[in-house]
Amino acid sequence: MPGLKDIQRRIKSVKNTQQITKAMKMVAAAKLRRAQENIEAARPYAEKMAELVSSLASMSSPESHPLLASTGGPRTGLLVVTSDRGLCGGFNTYLIRKAENFMSEKGSDNVSLSLTGKRGLDYFKRRNVQIIDSKPATSVTPSYESARETALKLIGLFLGEELDEVHIIYSRFESALTQTPVVQRLLPLAPEAGEREESGAEEGESTEVLYEPSVDQVLQNLLPKYIEVQIYRALLESAASEHGARMTAMDSASRNASDMIGSLTLRYNRLRQAAITSELMEIISGSEALKD
Amino acid sequence: MADNFLLEIITPSRKLLSLEAEELTAPGELGEFGILPGHMHFFSLLRAGEVSYKSGAERGRIAISTGYAEVGPDKTILLVDSAMTEAEIDTGEAREAITEAEAKMKGHEEDDPAYKAAADDIEYAEARITLKEGPSK
Repeated sequence: MPGLKDIQRRIKSVKNTQQITKAMKMVAAAKLRRAQENIEAARPYAEKMAELVSSLASMSSPESHPLLASTGGPRTGLLVVTSDRGLCGGFNTYLIRKAENFMSEKGSDNVSLSLTGKRGLDYFKRRNVQIIDSKPATSVTPSYESARETALKLIGLFLGEELDEVHIIYSRFESALTQTPVVQRLLPLAPEAGEREESGAEEGESTEVLYEPSVDQVLQNLLPKYIEVQIYRALLESAASEHGARMTAMDSASRNASDMIGSLTLRYNRLRQAAITSELMEIISGSEALKD
Repeated sequence: MADNFLLEIITPSRKLLSLEAEELTAPGELGEFGILPGHMHFFSLLRAGEVSYKSGAERGRIAISTGYAEVGPDKTILLVDSAMTEAEIDTGEAREAITEAEAKMKGHEEDDPAYKAAADDIEYAEARITLKEGPSK
């Protein structure tokens, strides 16, 4: 049975925790807003790029560029984008679970990982998996440079025929409340069969395009760039998702803390009242005894 | 035929420009090219350099790094890694970028992609300086 002092101490400590979670929620909200602005700013570029690549890729045969061709082998590179810091609810857990599922589907011997974010590294380094490289996720504004480095590395491995496929797992930002972990294939770049037909039909109507210096050179330049942009976008989405997840987690933590403070205060008051009552009883019964 | 076309300059971090322009000059991989409304479909790699456009009475100049240009009869879109208007350029910072890139170039072989990237950086930085201060003598 905890005494009055103990309960008082607990109330104080929960109040402190609540202050921290409230502050963290506020910070996450501010960072989320910035991350969201970043995504919105990057979106036109990424979308335009995707448009260009799909129209180019549908025009040229898979053999025309090594990044388009599928080798059909099983060796898979997987880029997992997690966060550096915890206290963001199930954010990293979901991503890691998704990665685990993906690995067991492909056969974990065939998969090597490239990790962005310390949380993913902490988890996978203790397990028996091949890790190509890892780097921290720069959480508020991921730099284009870091996306480019990762892209160059993965493209190098793919062209060096050390990997047959490259996929990326990241958390797509839907809203502050929902973030969905998604798997996306980066390489080879061959468009899905359905897409190819669609864009082919559109292409029939439009006029011929003049490429300068040449289609091949344009492809050579554009495709690696496209991978960079895709990774950059994934980093941005992941950053926004992380802050969204943290905001929600911290919000419910603050609410739990205030519930707890409520029930502890109630217990404290009851206990105090009980103590007062029993003291009174003693005094009264003492004076009653003296009367007789 | 329409007498202007939509000009957009987009970088990964923002949409720098979106307006109706009448004329555009941009540095293509095979040399500078000019675009007027009604241009045929055209796609070009862009070198780092200077883009200039005319929109009504307004004439604008923008320094761009490497990228792509997609041209259609009523629309031209420049997708570039980075771009700056005259007001945004800091020549001191551009000079530093040149020194930095030159140091990088020394560390790489000429056929290394990093060498090319550093050379592009220098070109971009030089374009920024030229735009801000006028052509160097």
